[in-house]
Amino acid sequence: MPTDAKNKKVHITVSHLTMAFDSFVLMRDLNFTIDCGDVFIIMGGSGCGKSTLLRHLIGLNEPAEGEIFYGDENFTKADPGKRREVMSRMGVLFQSGALWSSMSLAENVGLPLGQYTDLRPAEVREIASLKLALVGLKGFEDYYPSEISGGMQKRAGLARAMALDPEILMLDEPSAGLDPITARLLDDLILEIRDNLRATIVVVTHELASIFRIAGNCVFLDAESATMIAHGDPKELLAHSQDSRVRRFLSGGEEKRQ
Amino acid sequence: MSDQGNVFLTREGDSELAIRISGTWRLHGGLPPIDTVKTAIESAPHPKLVRFYIGELAGWDSSIVWFLNKVSELCHQRGVAVDRDNLPKGLRRLVELAEAVPEKKGVRRDFATPSIVDRIGHRAIASIASITAALNFLGEMTLTSIKLLPGKVRFRALDVFLFIQQSGPQALPIVTLISFLVGVILAFIGAGQLRRFGAQIYVADRVGIAIVREMGAVMTGIIMAGRTGAAFAAQLGTMKVTQEIDAFTTIGLQAQEFLVLPRVIALVLMMPLLCLYADFIGVLGGAAVAIGMLDISWTTYIRETMNAISLTHLFGGVFKSTIYGVLIALSGCLRGLQCGKSSSAVGDAATSAVVTGIVAIVAACGIFAVVFYVLGI
Repeated sequence: MPTDAKNKKVHITVSHLTMAFDSFVLMRDLNFTIDCGDVFIIMGGSGCGKSTLLRHLIGLNEPAEGEIFYGDENFTKADPGKRREVMSRMGVLFQSGALWSSMSLAENVGLPLGQYTDLRPAEVREIASLKLALVGLKGFEDYYPSEISGGMQKRAGLARAMALDPEILMLDEPSAGLDPITARLLDDLILEIRDNLRATIVVVTHELASIFRIAGNCVFLDAESATMIAHGDPKELLAHSQDSRVRRFLSGGEEKRQ
Repeated sequence: MSDQGNVFLTREGDSELAIRISGTWRLHGGLPPIDTVKTAIESAPHPKLVRFYIGELAGWDSSIVWFLNKVSELCHQRGVAVDRDNLPKGLRRLVELAEAVPEKKGVRRDFATPSIVDRIGHRAIASIASITAALNFLGEMTLTSIKLLPGKVRFRALDVFLFIQQSGPQALPIVTLISFLVGVILAFIGAGQLRRFGAQIYVADRVGIAIVREMGAVMTGIIMAGRTGAAFAAQLGTMKVTQEIDAFTTIGLQAQEFLVLPRVIALVLMMPLLCLYADFIGVLGGAAVAIGMLDISWTTYIRETMNAISLTHLFGGVFKSTIYGVLIALSGCLRGLQCGKSSSAVGDAATSAVVTGIVAIVAACGIFAVVFYVLGI
């Protein structure tokens, strides 16, 4: 399988998206595209609506205005059946892991496999074990979420998101709460998934090290102006962005506010 | 085209086993059989090296990673070397990632079925632990309540009013419905038999005494156990899951004092009132049957009821209901505080709170019956 072929087909298009809770507008007029097989970062300060944007992409929140397209498919206007089909090609890691607490880790990862493939129960468990091994949780198949640490829950959540080898992987702060070495392994895994399983990966994060290691493209949300103020490769943005807020963020606050 | 990958095994001399991989590898097509590889590795003469060759791969996903990983594991267990040089770089990296964090020793769980003696033993130990925990809780609550007298306890008065609202006024509709129906049912059961002797009027005695002495308090208790006891357990259980109780502990507030006591106080204040109300509605239910079916007049029924029941009956019932209130609040809070750390544990806590509450009420009811009999009340 070719690993280096850059496929520049657009996978997700966000068009004039406005996110609002009742009359409170969180972000207005967001316009960006996410390429197939790219690692796309949603970044910005705390509380600016990064996770909410992710929820809009997944379809858990409805846009106040604007539309979201998957390929040529209008996701916002699609009927529930079509939406479910798009969603079934997505894997999502929630901020808190959101593991099902009454199921063991193997059952958590195995549930989507059992529901959407013809694998036999023993095979489902084998694949679940493999996915857990990929996130460094080999041997923890029979543990319950409450019995493992927060960082492990997060990784198990990632294993569940990857269960079906989804086309799109949505990760909400995957490396928050992980030690640097595990975070590094996770970044490697994200890149391997992108290259080998050709997944499009959308990551919400503000871990700079991780951003520069994995990002191909990004969007920068700003709470003050309630819209996006930058879009592009973060390395380019750090070097050449016209906006001091973006440079300040990407340099870890070192550049003085002007 | 089949979605299950192809695997061909060939021996290259005595020491090498070649595994040739081709085709389309998709999870949907099921996993390729690993047993043939296992047999090949184990069959004499034992290979010293397993080498992968990649033929035409039309497409692949995790299933091939699983296969490579599994073969590597098998080889590792038997001390056979694995040569993955022929694999595409990306695939090799994925397999390496799966092996990057080795399994910790002693982590994997052992699912040996315990013997019956084992299980009985574990049950017995668990029961003793559970009783000890309940007694401990009761003791702590007693000590906390004693602090109430000099006003040394710390909780928010607002909480008490909130719980009073929840367990008092908001419970009125269901208490009305159930008490009225219990009155009606008691009257119905009596009516048929008493009419045979022309003693219809004693329906009033029967309903009055039964409701005021026992049923008013017991029915209110059972309603509140199902309604409020379960709610207390679910509230505290959820707080346990989300670590809110830990947060209280760290700022020096005890759950027993800050969370349990306001709930107990609210129920202790509300239960007697609800019981009085239930008594009244229950008698009304009896009256409805008597007036509608037995041609007894309203005034006759009320006079007969007032003759039949004494203040002692009334106070007895109200006193019992107060005790039931304590039992319901304590069992609800106990189960909530004992809740595990998962969402299903919250459900278990609520269920267990209702069961404990009702068992406690019925047991207390029995004890009261004996004590009241001995005291001649």
